[in-house]
Amino acid sequence: MANKKEKVVSRKEMTMAQWTLHQMNVNKIGYIMIAPFMLLFLVFTIVPVVLSLVVSLTNFNMIEWPDFVFMQNYATLFLDDELFITALKNTLIFAVIVGPIGYVMSFVVAWFINELAPSIRAIVTLVFYAPSISGNVYIVWTTLFSGDSKGWLNGWLMQLNIIDAPVQWLTTADYIMPICIMVALWGSLGMGFLSNIAGLQGVDRSLYEAGAIDGVTNRWQEVWYITLPSMKPQLMFAAVMSITGAFNFGGIVTALCGSTPTDYVGYTVAHHMSEYGSVRWEMGYAAALSFLMFLLVFGVNIIINKLLAKVGQ
Amino acid sequence: MKKLRTRNHKVVLNRSKGGDGAITVMLAIMGFFMVLPLVYTISQSLKPLTELFIFPPRFLPIKPTLVNFKNLFYLMNFSWVPFSRYIFNTVFITVAGVFGNLLLASLAAYAIAKIEFPGRNFCFQVIQKSLMIGAAIGGEITYIIIAKAHLMDTYWALLLPAIAGPTGLYLMKQFMDTNVTTAILESARLDGAKEFRIFWSIAMPMVKPAWLTLIMTSFQGYWQMGSSTYIYSEQLKTINYAIGQITSVGVTRQGVAAAGTVFIMIVPIIIFIVSQSNIIETMGSSGMKD
Repeated sequence: MANKKEKVVSRKEMTMAQWTLHQMNVNKIGYIMIAPFMLLFLVFTIVPVVLSLVVSLTNFNMIEWPDFVFMQNYATLFLDDELFITALKNTLIFAVIVGPIGYVMSFVVAWFINELAPSIRAIVTLVFYAPSISGNVYIVWTTLFSGDSKGWLNGWLMQLNIIDAPVQWLTTADYIMPICIMVALWGSLGMGFLSNIAGLQGVDRSLYEAGAIDGVTNRWQEVWYITLPSMKPQLMFAAVMSITGAFNFGGIVTALCGSTPTDYVGYTVAHHMSEYGSVRWEMGYAAALSFLMFLLVFGVNIIINKLLAKVGQ
Repeated sequence: MKKLRTRNHKVVLNRSKGGDGAITVMLAIMGFFMVLPLVYTISQSLKPLTELFIFPPRFLPIKPTLVNFKNLFYLMNFSWVPFSRYIFNTVFITVAGVFGNLLLASLAAYAIAKIEFPGRNFCFQVIQKSLMIGAAIGGEITYIIIAKAHLMDTYWALLLPAIAGPTGLYLMKQFMDTNVTTAILESARLDGAKEFRIFWSIAMPMVKPAWLTLIMTSFQGYWQMGSSTYIYSEQLKTINYAIGQITSVGVTRQGVAAAGTVFIMIVPIIIFIVSQSNIIETMGSSGMKD
């Protein structure tokens, strides 16, 4: 560790295995530092997930001893579960709209706030993070869209004589998706947004000076050529947060319209998963569902990674 | 040095007045909608009971009152377990959880980002991919593990699984990548500094915005923790649970319920403002990086 030059010279004389052993020995402090985290992570995250993968190949229902059914759960999902196809379709619609828009918002808003005077930034950040910090966020939306005449929206529209009877906003199939998407976007500034705020503080300011000399003349060029490329790790973090959030979409629908909305409009894979996992106790089937979703999110993540590589070019 | 300052000045001039105005207006309009639930929750807590159910509904109270808060604190006196016990539980879990999470995640993130031990990439890939698995997965198996480890009905059941959450590590690792210059670490290593010392006195100050962000989000998670399947003793339950019990009686406690929400919210909001202000302050001091 202490002498890098020596290490490089000696590498030529070692086989791959020797070199790896040497590196392990030299950097053993790394293993010590990572050990406490990895130990707990292994026990409480990896082991449950890996065992779930095994469970997804069985008909485990929490009561009987499970039998291996191998790919049967996965086959049923695609061939014999119409509701899953509906749920998958809804999840994809939500994800395609809420994911990208929410992601772009999480950067653009953070960047706009960063353009303000430093003295008011903390408060403005709180204002935009308010949907994630208020205890009972959805109550304001359920009151707004409440189906009786006491709901604000119905009340206003009736006073203005635009409608003459209250509209059942949250149980009418046509309104469910737009309303849930709107509320989801409104609440999408979470940890990715905060990470962007923090990331903007870490951009090396000498780069901006150099940029000004090289002909950057306005803030839009500056953000594209300097800020964004210096923040790629934070952008990646926010992307993973957005994608995961978008594909696990369901909580907002449940809060506003219940866990089985009218005609299954807005019924997502997350609902389907909790239906099988915590109502019907068909754990094998629920596990198969979550692995399918994992593969989907994983695939999308690879695409995003490729797109982010193009930023600033 | 003087030359540099003129350049600095020029960078500031790269901002057009029109752009500044447009940004302010856009933020103001969006911010209005964003802050509504927060204002609404506070406004509900200040309404007397009669005003909560008037028609047409009003957003702001007509005669603001603190009676809901008085009632809340009064009702706290009658809990089965002394109310201070709930407060202690929440404070203890929050403090232990936040610092445990921060320390473990930062140490591991530093090792992965800055120490070239074989296997670090594999570890990172596993941790990053685990973020993409929905929270629902493996819950029943975690339950069995906690039961078999005899951790049921202890603080550990709440602390251990969350302390090693992948989100915090991922956040810290991303900031270690951008903010910590390897050259500085190398020269410290050449000077014979121990790795733990480099981590603590060189790397951590450089990623201050990241750990402030982590403290904030992690704090919020622990502080607002309600009832848990792992805890059944009343003595170990949290303040969020206790206030829920007081207020879940029905219409007559609606005002108290709103006061309870505000009461729980207030600490995370203070932490948020303090840490955000610090994040922004660091900008001035972290200008010199190389």
